[in-house]
Amino acid sequence: MPSGRVLIDEERCKGCGLCIAACPQKVLAFSGKINRSGYNYVHMEHPEKCVGCAFCAMTCPDVAIEVYREKVAA
Amino acid sequence: MPVNTENMVKVFGRPESLTDARFTYCPGCHHGILTRIIAKAIDELGIAERTVTIAPVGCSVFAYLWYKCDAVQASHGRASAVATGLKRANKDLIVISYQGDGDFASIGTAESIHAANRGENITVIFVNNQIYGMTGGEMAPTTLVGQRTTTTPDGRDPAYFGYPIRFSELIATLDAPVYVTRQALYDTRRIMDAEKAIKKAISYQVEGKGYSLVEVLSTCPTNWHMSPLEANRHVAEVVTEAFPLGDLVDRGG
Repeated sequence: MPSGRVLIDEERCKGCGLCIAACPQKVLAFSGKINRSGYNYVHMEHPEKCVGCAFCAMTCPDVAIEVYREKVAA
Repeated sequence: MPVNTENMVKVFGRPESLTDARFTYCPGCHHGILTRIIAKAIDELGIAERTVTIAPVGCSVFAYLWYKCDAVQASHGRASAVATGLKRANKDLIVISYQGDGDFASIGTAESIHAANRGENITVIFVNNQIYGMTGGEMAPTTLVGQRTTTTPDGRDPAYFGYPIRFSELIATLDAPVYVTRQALYDTRRIMDAEKAIKKAISYQVEGKGYSLVEVLSTCPTNWHMSPLEANRHVAEVVTEAFPLGDLVDRGG
């Protein structure tokens, strides 16, 4: 399994939780912190489990997620 | 906590044709997913410099803020007519009309049907969330039988309000449209299907093939009084029964 990372724009996140449900690896969770718009934004609860599938980013209605994957040697 | 992405490759980012503006939609609303998909298709087809999007009236009235393209904000329901004018005045433009169900299938019925019947070489994205979102959750022509809205507090009674209109099926009976399809965004598989459908619809326009309509079943968690996840399940289990997914017409291949 490749390892991945997601970058979540905390200020864009509206805390809808669709990414949490879309993640097959259960990486994401509500952070319990509130952003400037008043939303409980999402963060990586278990970063070590991320495989960089990008399902979260695909589902995010606010395009708040960027996804990175470990470089695999050719 | 900063996330370290050193020595990693970006596999998913913001499409180039999206501006930095934040969407004005409610949490969990599918409009945002759809906006990203359209921007992605514009990027992939390399048409940003000659694309004009038409913003309707409704929640997506600010659609002209999201894309790094030209845009026109049309009067309620008239987006397909504005798109016709733009395309006929300048055939090199790629014209994408973005309309909700109240806009496209109610007040804009005449403009919508006749633009399709004339086979205008435009792409219409028809967002069907079965309700008037922006004005406070009133009944739309697409509201499901039994669905509670602020104007059908006891649920839509077909004896009094009629049945939900399947507009894509109506358009599909016409001879001119090259591509009519119904898509949804309630899970990643549907999102990927919708990405393909929208790219295909716009590429048919680029190739000069004619009118295409992509209906997209969307949620309105706020006015449906559901959480974003419940709203997704509602589309998957209930809405797709009344509005089946899939291609209705594809004469472009």
